[in-house]
Amino acid sequence: MRKFLLSTAAVGLIAAPAVAEVSDGVVKIGILNDQSGVYADFGGKYSYEAAKMAVEDFGGKVLDASIEVVTADHQNKPDIASNIARQWYDTEKVDAIMELTTSSVGLAVQALSQEKKKITINTGAATTELTGPQCTPYGFHWAYDTHALAVGTGGALVKAGGDSWFFLTADYAFGYSLEEQTGNFVKSQGGTVVGAVRHPLATTDYSSFLLQAQSSGAKVIGLANAGMDTQNAIKQAAEFGITAGGQRLAALLFTLAEVHGIGLDAAQGLTLTESFYWNRTPESREFGERFKERTGVMPNMVHAGTYSAVTQYLKAIQEAGTDETGAVAAKLHEMPVNDVFAQNGKVGPNGRLIKDVYLMEVKAPGDVKEDWDYYNVLATIPGDEAFLNPAESGCPLVK
Amino acid sequence: MTMIFGVPVQALMGQLLVGLINGSFYALLSLGLAVIFGLLRVINFAHGAQYMLGAFVALLLLTVGGINYWLALILAPLIVGLFAALVEKTMLSRLYRLDPLYGLLFTFGLALAIEGTFRWFFGASGKPYAPPSQLTGAVNLGFMFLPVYRGWVVIASLAVCLGVWLLIERTRLGAYLRAATENPVLVQAFGVNVPLLLTLTYALGAGLAGFAGVLAAPVYQVSPLMGSNLIIIVFAVVVVGGMGSILGAIVTGYLLGVVEGLTKVFYPEASNIVIFVIMAIVLILRPAGLFGKDA
Repeated sequence: MRKFLLSTAAVGLIAAPAVAEVSDGVVKIGILNDQSGVYADFGGKYSYEAAKMAVEDFGGKVLDASIEVVTADHQNKPDIASNIARQWYDTEKVDAIMELTTSSVGLAVQALSQEKKKITINTGAATTELTGPQCTPYGFHWAYDTHALAVGTGGALVKAGGDSWFFLTADYAFGYSLEEQTGNFVKSQGGTVVGAVRHPLATTDYSSFLLQAQSSGAKVIGLANAGMDTQNAIKQAAEFGITAGGQRLAALLFTLAEVHGIGLDAAQGLTLTESFYWNRTPESREFGERFKERTGVMPNMVHAGTYSAVTQYLKAIQEAGTDETGAVAAKLHEMPVNDVFAQNGKVGPNGRLIKDVYLMEVKAPGDVKEDWDYYNVLATIPGDEAFLNPAESGCPLVK
Repeated sequence: MTMIFGVPVQALMGQLLVGLINGSFYALLSLGLAVIFGLLRVINFAHGAQYMLGAFVALLLLTVGGINYWLALILAPLIVGLFAALVEKTMLSRLYRLDPLYGLLFTFGLALAIEGTFRWFFGASGKPYAPPSQLTGAVNLGFMFLPVYRGWVVIASLAVCLGVWLLIERTRLGAYLRAATENPVLVQAFGVNVPLLLTLTYALGAGLAGFAGVLAAPVYQVSPLMGSNLIIIVFAVVVVGGMGSILGAIVTGYLLGVVEGLTKVFYPEASNIVIFVIMAIVLILRPAGLFGKDA
């Protein structure tokens, strides 16, 4: 009997790599994000290009199976996103969905993917809920989150003397989460929050809200919104003499793409936090140049993060010797992340990638030496400070 | 400090002024819509796209042609108007005899096509447009810091609104236009070129949208989405004012701008629906709108 057990075990060991192959003979990755709305430059078709670039750099094949990238526009609507995800999983044999800009969409698709036992790697959404109370065994959160933004930008400004804050907040889950976490961090550093005003998503005129912020007397006006909302708020703040009057603006979620859109005249002097900057190291420069050649724009943290997520997913399949979700998720949890985006990154049991993030300052137009040379890197914030400790994240999977 | 409902009077004055500035855009845009609807019976869903076109034409004139803001303020509406005339002549004019729904669908499709094209070339986040140097800076009014450019927006839009109203109500050309809508066959019998009048009207409406676009360029980010964010509000303004009523569109535009501004102080979360709530109430109490002639 003992001999029989041993031999079956041995057979099992030998057979494992042969059985564990890629389902359907192809690894299919879906990039689902906003391609026509306010976040179309923040992620958009550029994230799709980043994913394709990652596949090409990987060699186009994993475990001898070909790799395909598909993409769709979710229009920032959770219901549309869920329908597309369901169709991708059920009929188009998509193995993993990534990018998923917009927190509400990210949460919806991550929950659906758990039900379908598929992997999601979110690079576009901000909420810490993804790896907090709503975490899943197959859901990963890659590029940044509201906690990292709060610690980075909030911490830096309090240190620089900005100890009273007024928030201009987008009136939905993401805005609240960003406002709350930044406010808490500011208070923990000895600062105060004097008030907040909530504006509807995609408001065009901020003058009214800015006047309220101005009369609050706060030293820092925190913009807890994103994309074009932040752009318009910054542009109009300059017009109403807010920065000239001594108040500082903190764009809590603002990336290279939005800085480019608004122009340095309006953006100069802004403090912001990103987890990637193309002009930081020789490797990131090389990546940035190649990306720009394909797309015409330099990558922000969402684009570079998507490149990293796709690469790491393929590496995990390679390591696991299969594209079976459970095995790949286990590898993703245990493998360190080392690529152009993350150095010595580690993935927490809640699915959070913990890596360094950078505090940046937008340069004045006169200091720019080449195209897209927009940032001074002020500080590197170690991953363990920037991101919540998984044990404190509220994720039920962490014991 | 004197307070009204817990808000300092000074802050309230500031908000009223800001509301008036936004109202200027509503008035200009709804005026164009009202002119087109009143005379052509076309519900012009491409109005937001034409507004966006105005801003982009100004931007391109500046970046490619080096043409400054003041010239753009004249050229851009002309270019947008010319484009609109072309659209009217080749496509829209074929739909007049059909149900108005076809005109609506056509202009809606046109708006999507224009916006999609611009998004492809310029991306969603758009480009900035600097205000002209003569109008930068701000004046301290005591109760608020008024950017000079915003003051200019109010003056320019008031002047243009008044001009258009005079053109339609007080000139011979305006009289022809109004007559042509009442009874096109009879007017044509008198030797007036009615199709030409209609083309001119559509071009005028679109040109007004283009003008508003140029005015808006230094205030908002010039983006392919800037029009679609605004068009629904402007439609609500036209409905509240009374479909086709030119004076109604102008007055309601300013009025609702102010109401929206006040909502942003007292209950900011409702600021993007307050106009629609007012629209619903007006439609229940006065279905023809505040200034509409009762059918």
